[in-house]
Amino acid sequence: MTDKLKIKNKEIAVPGEVLAEGMGFVPSKGISRENDKLVAEQVGMIGIEGKVIKLISLRGVYIPKAGDKIIAKVIDVLMTGWRLDIRGPYSAVLSMKDATSDFIQRGADLTQYFALGDYVLTKITNVTSQKLVDVTMKGPGLRKLKGGRILKVNSHKVPRVIGKDGSMVVMIKQATGCNILVGQNGWIWLDGEPKQEVIAEKAIKKIESEAHLSGLTDRIKDFLEKQTKKKITVEGGKNEKN
Amino acid sequence: MKRTDGRTPDQMRPIKAEVGVIPNADGSAMFSAGKTIAYAAVYGPREMYPRFMQNPKQGVLRCTYNMMPFSGHGDRVRPGGSRRSKEISAVTENALRPVLDLSDYPNAAVDVFIELTQTDGGTRCAGITAAAMALADAGLKMKDLVSAMSMGMLEGEMVVDINGTEDCVLGATDVPIALIPNMDKISLLQLDGEISRETLKKLLDTGKKKCLEIYKAQQNALKEKYKVD
Repeated sequence: MTDKLKIKNKEIAVPGEVLAEGMGFVPSKGISRENDKLVAEQVGMIGIEGKVIKLISLRGVYIPKAGDKIIAKVIDVLMTGWRLDIRGPYSAVLSMKDATSDFIQRGADLTQYFALGDYVLTKITNVTSQKLVDVTMKGPGLRKLKGGRILKVNSHKVPRVIGKDGSMVVMIKQATGCNILVGQNGWIWLDGEPKQEVIAEKAIKKIESEAHLSGLTDRIKDFLEKQTKKKITVEGGKNEKN
Repeated sequence: MKRTDGRTPDQMRPIKAEVGVIPNADGSAMFSAGKTIAYAAVYGPREMYPRFMQNPKQGVLRCTYNMMPFSGHGDRVRPGGSRRSKEISAVTENALRPVLDLSDYPNAAVDVFIELTQTDGGTRCAGITAAAMALADAGLKMKDLVSAMSMGMLEGEMVVDINGTEDCVLGATDVPIALIPNMDKISLLQLDGEISRETLKKLLDTGKKKCLEIYKAQQNALKEKYKVD
């Protein structure tokens, strides 16, 4: 039987849509094979690379993955640690030994380390099959976030906010002088001059809404130059591909 | 036969589908057939409470069907749940569950809220159709969409997409069906009235064909939302 492709690159697929017929095509994430047909499993943008068809998800909640650096919020203090909201269907547990190397007396008040409502930059160490999530504060740059503000973006758009090798976020940092930390879960921490923070926030929202369009780096650069009235020199972000 | 709204027996009411109508929800959609308008909002997957309802093997789908107080034909619909709304919530859940894959979300829940702002017959079908789009919009894994439509028998003749007057005043036999088009399976089939076995079979055949038209509208609405210019 001859292979037949029924969709073009970068087109939107909806669940149940037949993308290709024939055994010559290979399904990747988000696509399943039903007999000789490849069927989309969720809404997303199609990427065709040779014989491999993949589906880039555009929507949905954040699903925790080991190794992700995320921004989380302390929502509860437990007997031996803290419960964190990681902006998904599940919460994470930060145990005392992963939080600090200090000696903590039995029965000590844990809120002196992390209080309710604190935001932290943390890293996921393990996710079990039942989605119990462990996080750690031990690692370069992992810390409690003091001051600043938190922005929320769709977690599927985070790679675009960061850009290739971090080019996008570096550009916003340079232009606005803000400190920016981007969590894989779509929470972004911003700290800087109030006026510059507003510009950075606008730029990030612009990236989120135009994430699927090409030539994004140039547009964001123009936007930042116009807003800050400064010339921006971009390093490494010029050959960014969509 | 001329119908109350001037349609021919096999003519559907004008349909409209839109995705992403409620920004705060994780997924949302609107579907209208004639004067019946259904909005569906999906929240989740999210932590499930009460905890005893959690399922450690897979996520749980919860549907809530609600007619708004001002939605009917003059009489105010009493707000809050009723026997009827509870039943329709349950059949909606059963109609949507076969296409959903929630195995990635143990102990979590996906909540679907269906609100009818205006009703003129075929509300459960409009609700299911809207909910299927909203679930897809929420980025959930699905085998297919679900398209639903209400078939009927009026004065011995087969009619498609029956409206409120035909159902409640003229006493048509009402057969709501929901179709999973790719699998060619029916996930909702109810019957209110009398019908012979042969007629029911014919009714289902026609119903399936009409559901495919709705399926097209659902697909187009989803693609429209994410279209890249």
